[in-house]
Amino acid sequence: MEAEKVIQTVDLSKHFGDFIACNAISFEVFKGEIFGFLGANGAGKTTAMKMLCGLSAPSSGKATIAGFDIYKQTEAIKKRIGYMSQKFSLYEDLSVLENIEFFGGIYGLSQQEIKQRGQQLIDQLGLADVAKNMVGSLPLGWKQKLAFSVASLHDPEIIFLDEPTGGVDPVTRRQFWDLIYAASVRGITVFVTTHYMDEAEYCHRVSIMVDGEIKALDTPENLKKQFQVDSMEDVFFELARGAQRLGD
Amino acid sequence: MEAVSINSLSKSFNKGAIQALDAVSFSVQEGELFGLIGPDGAGKTTLFRILTTLLLPDSGEATVYGWDIRTDYQKIRREVGYMPGKFSLYQDLTVEENLSFFASVFGQKLTDNYALIQDIYEQIAPFKDRRAGKLSGGMKQKLALCCALIHRPKLLFLDEPTTGVDAVSRKEFWEMLKKLKAQGMSILVSTPYMDEANLCERIALIQNGKILSIDSPQGIIKQYPTPLYAVKAKNMISLLATLRQQEQLASCYAFGEYHHISFKSQDAQQLQQLQQTLEAAGHQEISMLAIEPSIEDCFIELMH
Ligand SMILES: Nc1ncnc2c1ncn2[C@@H]1O[C@H](COP(=O)(O)OP(=O)(O)OP(=O)(O)O)[C@@H](O)[C@H]1O
Ligand SMILES: [Mg+2]
Repeated sequence: MEAEKVIQTVDLSKHFGDFIACNAISFEVFKGEIFGFLGANGAGKTTAMKMLCGLSAPSSGKATIAGFDIYKQTEAIKKRIGYMSQKFSLYEDLSVLENIEFFGGIYGLSQQEIKQRGQQLIDQLGLADVAKNMVGSLPLGWKQKLAFSVASLHDPEIIFLDEPTGGVDPVTRRQFWDLIYAASVRGITVFVTTHYMDEAEYCHRVSIMVDGEIKALDTPENLKKQFQVDSMEDVFFELARGAQRLGD
Repeated sequence: MEAVSINSLSKSFNKGAIQALDAVSFSVQEGELFGLIGPDGAGKTTLFRILTTLLLPDSGEATVYGWDIRTDYQKIRREVGYMPGKFSLYQDLTVEENLSFFASVFGQKLTDNYALIQDIYEQIAPFKDRRAGKLSGGMKQKLALCCALIHRPKLLFLDEPTTGVDAVSRKEFWEMLKKLKAQGMSILVSTPYMDEANLCERIALIQNGKILSIDSPQGIIKQYPTPLYAVKAKNMISLLATLRQQEQLASCYAFGEYHHISFKSQDAQQLQQLQQTLEAAGHQEISMLAIEPSIEDCFIELMH
């Protein structure tokens, strides 16, 4: 049985003037997979992710997301994906409930669905006591868990997470990964970037981007074998140290 | 002399609804590299803002090189360098303009202390005409560090300088801190990355405005209360689920390639018994080993 491909890209590129932020990347992601999208600062992760979400038009190349074309069918794509941007993706000055209502509305959920799923989500995350509080007053880790749940309110096929756990405490960071596992078990594909190398180990497969190109792509186990090292951190060092744009 | 001395410092916001700092006390020695290790929201930024005299505490005392943060703020501001976690650069100025601006604030020219920042600045110099807003993570942090150093401060306050910075640049960043320390600079640095704690001489673990523990990294690791083990099997997600059902475990959580576990009570048979339980539950390729805790393990333990 051939696993269903929910993301397929061929030579996908993005140029800013004469600068190539994303250089002909080609890869596939399967249904239910937790796919780690790694790379040094400036490697082009956010740039690529925005194209995959239909938020920024590619300069060249092809890609389909959940079977839809990223040039012509961006509206269909947006309905089938959830996106958590690198900067915080909820409204700080709205309460937890108001955020759920607002985003539920955007995703086209009915009033009844919003109410039902919102309640479910608040119970799951243990946010009942703070449901009426401004999101801005919550600890970062809670905000991120909430943002994840809001991004999956409409039962998307794929969730894109851009550095969801940066700065989050070690316990909450692990709770966040429990949400990712649970989504994956339900068949949702998770596409995630991180600078925590322990989190790279939690992914089914990992790609490592260097200077706009994908330089390695495999399971963490195979990557460690390929580079003859013991940890994903060492794999990352092997590849990223050669980067020209390091620190960019 | 103590570079920083803090005695029972407290600060609350929103009419007491948020206790950002709760009777925090510690000191940083001259020439010491001291780490404040804790997640976002732990109170680190509030502490930095008080020590840099940008915010007054509700109660408690603090001095920086013997100067009082309430009365001697002009002297303190002249002698410290501060790299705030966010928004420290002018996004619409170029790299070079930002640096010149910070030098001029202290009545100096870019060239006066260039030797101090040379190593770092050379890495970003190729982009010196790029606007700061267009730089990405690691590069912004390097520029911000240069800006905080340009007037050759005695004491450097760094608030989460490596959040969002990739693993390679983080390592480089800490190399730079070591060099600055070697030149006699005192450094108080905060970070949510537990692995960076090992690079400090002493650390304070901080959470919800309270200090959980202060010691050398080795000292904190020594305080870990029980033996700790790492467990691995073919399917790590279902292994975690099985481990969570085991009553005899005091803790279990994912930790990179392995899960870490500790037992409620110590008994020679327990590892073997657990192995059998896991096998009976259908797990394959099980391996278990005793390990030394890391700072992250200690933090998780203290958060319980
Ligand atoms: N709108 C833009 N105009 C010009 N250059 C840009 C623009 N957006 C991004 N870049 C450049 O493209 C490169 C890739 O940036 P991107 O944000 O995709 O990196 P990243 O891999 O997400 O890095 P980080 O880990 O720091 O988030 C960087 O050099 C960045 O400066
Ligand atoms: Mg990014």
